[in-house]
Amino acid sequence: MTPVLFLMTIGLILGYVFRNKPQFILCSSKITTLIIYMLLFLLGIGVGLNKTIISNMTNIGIQAFLITFGAVLGSLIFAYITYKLFFINKNEK
Amino acid sequence: MKNSIIILLMFIVGVVLGMYKFLPDFLIENDFSKYSLYALMFFVGIGIGADSNALSIIRKTKIKIILVPLCVILGSLLGAALISFFISEISIIEAMAVAAGFGYYSLSSIFITEISGETLGVIALLSNISREIITLLATPFFVKYFGKLGGIVSGGATSMDTCLPIISESTGKEWAIIAVFSGVVLTVIVPFLVPFVLTFI
Repeated sequence: MTPVLFLMTIGLILGYVFRNKPQFILCSSKITTLIIYMLLFLLGIGVGLNKTIISNMTNIGIQAFLITFGAVLGSLIFAYITYKLFFINKNEK
Repeated sequence: MKNSIIILLMFIVGVVLGMYKFLPDFLIENDFSKYSLYALMFFVGIGIGADSNALSIIRKTKIKIILVPLCVILGSLLGAALISFFISEISIIEAMAVAAGFGYYSLSSIFITEISGETLGVIALLSNISREIITLLATPFFVKYFGKLGGIVSGGATSMDTCLPIISESTGKEWAIIAVFSGVVLTVIVPFLVPFVLTFI
């Protein structure tokens, strides 16, 4: 994963340097979208070829949903406490 | 929203083509995803670096606003860690890595596929897509029972774009800036946190 972080840092610096070049930014955001499409397409192919995943899809879906449930509920509980402690005054004004 | 639908369609078309092996051989034999991921991170980096919005929001707002994305990070990781005890197929670390996508399903599922394989990658994709869908549907309910930050923390990284309209509508416009801030912070953190959880914890 080191090359990933290295490349991202280079990108961050380039993006900051060229932040006032709208054409450059627009172009790079279009490329980003295209690569994401392609990678998800490739992931789809990998999944389609993988018989273990396909035959387990229901089970995998349930696991995914349970993790989301835990993550969202955890976030909501922390947010509730934070809201009561730090944000409620702002609201009452 | 349009983007999410195209992404989902690309994935589904890929699955169908893969299932029926309706593909040219070079696509099956070669693994392009690693190098595409490298390219992707480079361009994501440019996007973040060029986003003047990100910096100015941080300058304008009070320090306590940082607590909001912090709630999402701690709450998501802890919640997923606890729920993992009820799922025999998934370890604590894996559950936390999936939750560390904060709804940013494209990037997190690609990362997790690369590090931990396709099964967990698909779980990450489905889990983070459902986080976005749950937020779109349940934000009014979350705001009512968990306070004004409810929709924002549920949306995670998607609070800055796809979920912003519903959050702004059910929480009030003055909370939109907090939603954008939290979404930006989480979006920037995802590509660092997901590999970190899987590699170092």
